[in-house]
Amino acid sequence: MLSEADLATLLLTLKVACLATVLLLIFGTPIAWWLVRTPSRWKGVVNALVALPLVLPPTVLGFYLLVLMGPVGPVGQLTVQLGLGTLPFTFGGIIVASVLYSLPFVVQPLQTAFAAIGERPLEVAATLRASPLDTFFSVVVPLTQHGFMTATVLGFAHTVGEFGVVLMVGGNIPGKTRVVSVQIYNHVEAMEYAQAHWLAACLLVFSFVVLLLLYGLNPKQGKH
Amino acid sequence: MANRLKETLDKLMPVRVGQGVPERRKDLHGHDVRPELDEGLDQKGLKACFKINYPEFNLEVDLDVPGRGITALFGHSGSGKTTCLRAVAGLERAANGYLEVNGEVWQDDNRGIFLPTHQRALGYVFQEASLFAHLSVRDNLNYGLKRSAASTQGIAFEQAVEWLDISALLARRPERLSGGERQRVAIARALLSKPRLLLFDEPLAALDLKRKAEILPYLERLHDHLDIPMLYVSHSPDEVARLADHLVLLAEGKVVAAGALQETLARIDLPAAFADDAGVVIDAVIGGHDDQNYLSRLDFGGGALFVSRQDKALGSGLRCRIHARDVSLNLERADNSSILNIIQARVIAVADTDNPANVLVRLDAAGTPLLARITRRSWHNLGLAPNRLLWAQIKAVALFN
Repeated sequence: MLSEADLATLLLTLKVACLATVLLLIFGTPIAWWLVRTPSRWKGVVNALVALPLVLPPTVLGFYLLVLMGPVGPVGQLTVQLGLGTLPFTFGGIIVASVLYSLPFVVQPLQTAFAAIGERPLEVAATLRASPLDTFFSVVVPLTQHGFMTATVLGFAHTVGEFGVVLMVGGNIPGKTRVVSVQIYNHVEAMEYAQAHWLAACLLVFSFVVLLLLYGLNPKQGKH
Repeated sequence: MANRLKETLDKLMPVRVGQGVPERRKDLHGHDVRPELDEGLDQKGLKACFKINYPEFNLEVDLDVPGRGITALFGHSGSGKTTCLRAVAGLERAANGYLEVNGEVWQDDNRGIFLPTHQRALGYVFQEASLFAHLSVRDNLNYGLKRSAASTQGIAFEQAVEWLDISALLARRPERLSGGERQRVAIARALLSKPRLLLFDEPLAALDLKRKAEILPYLERLHDHLDIPMLYVSHSPDEVARLADHLVLLAEGKVVAAGALQETLARIDLPAAFADDAGVVIDAVIGGHDDQNYLSRLDFGGGALFVSRQDKALGSGLRCRIHARDVSLNLERADNSSILNIIQARVIAVADTDNPANVLVRLDAAGTPLLARITRRSWHNLGLAPNRLLWAQIKAVALFN
């Protein structure tokens, strides 16, 4: 069965994933919109940066974040000056790392959905007196619902499953930065296969349910 | 170039001002009427001057659209008519433009003024279905209504629904509507946003003939009820002849002719591309019925025309179109002809058509212009010349309404 420590890691994982997903949607949506709409020549660069975590080994991203947010890194010095201390090996640290690492999983489905509705609904809304912001919430969001759903599910699931970046940036501190994937690793290291089985099964079932929700309950998605 | 266009338009303007429905003057926003505009000119209407340079296409137009009625922007595909309409709506950015609607400046790049589309009080009907798929018909209609200035007097929801006959569709989703129904809803939605200018971008082009015929009466109804300028883009001569009061002919991004519909259609100096479909439009009234022969008599300035019996009251108006190719010329009145409609007219001018065997003759029937397309050989054989009085035999009259 799941021990108390295991339950604590499950709870922490859930907390990290929820918070990261909210932040991912808040930052990912404008980035995706900008990428679809902009004629800027920086578009390619930003696109590449956002997609970087897809191809980069998590340890590489984790390593650079560790250096940047550490006491001598520029981000670290800034957070210290702001009185926040340094981010590595804290809850805040793994949130920042998770958001960066899962960004492409949120930005790309949104980008696809935004591009798919085309120019026309925006023009129609403008001729009906809707400002750009109004148009975004009254027309774009409802028309790209399935894109938001995909982005949310993928962002959440990917954060839950993250291991390398969290280990690099967060370490292995019980109740603070020790998430499920790290706990499984601990159990296996300690030859506690039964415990590892329980947690691994939890993640397996969770992932399957998530994908089932995505493809089963969203018929539109299946058709496209 | 711009000057030449300006001159052409200036020449045409007297035609516009003296003709058509009398324009009601009103100060829409309580602004002081500028003294130079007070001199017989009305503030209502639209003045537009756009220059757009794309790599493969240049638009350079100077428009002066009357404050009431439908002005058709007519031209073949690629002539720039849709680009022009989009520039008026602010959907297309003309780098160096000027646009004034009902005395309100919407764009003046010399003074750095450019109102974004959502701040322009216009209604726009797109070519293809443009209803929001996530909203019901009712919510589509309310979308613009909710966002238009509450202070402005507009058409009531019920009124628009009645005019476009869509009360049975209100609860439906756009995907459950036919193409014609969608366009009717789109037109009602545009009306409800309290526009001071209505723009139509080939609203019937995506529909089949039957659906087109279904919608035209609704557009005519709008034409009769609305007191705002309407710009109607079309490449269909029939639609234009049926709906428009004023005509702007566009070719390769330039205005080639502009003015009152009847006057402009009767011009023979237009590019050959337009000559093939040449014909005039006549606004007539029902002058009598000949029930024995199932005929109705249409009276107009130049005489009378007999057409098949119309189910309309005496005195009601009717618009008809006479193609130049359906008019033949006779030096004497042919009383022993089977052709019913023979009208006396005077030759005004003659011009070449794109087919060198034919010429286009402009006639004047007591003030009403007529066009006849005859062979060059007939022109010479009959010894025709300007000012010659003759008889025009009209083989067919196309009726609208």
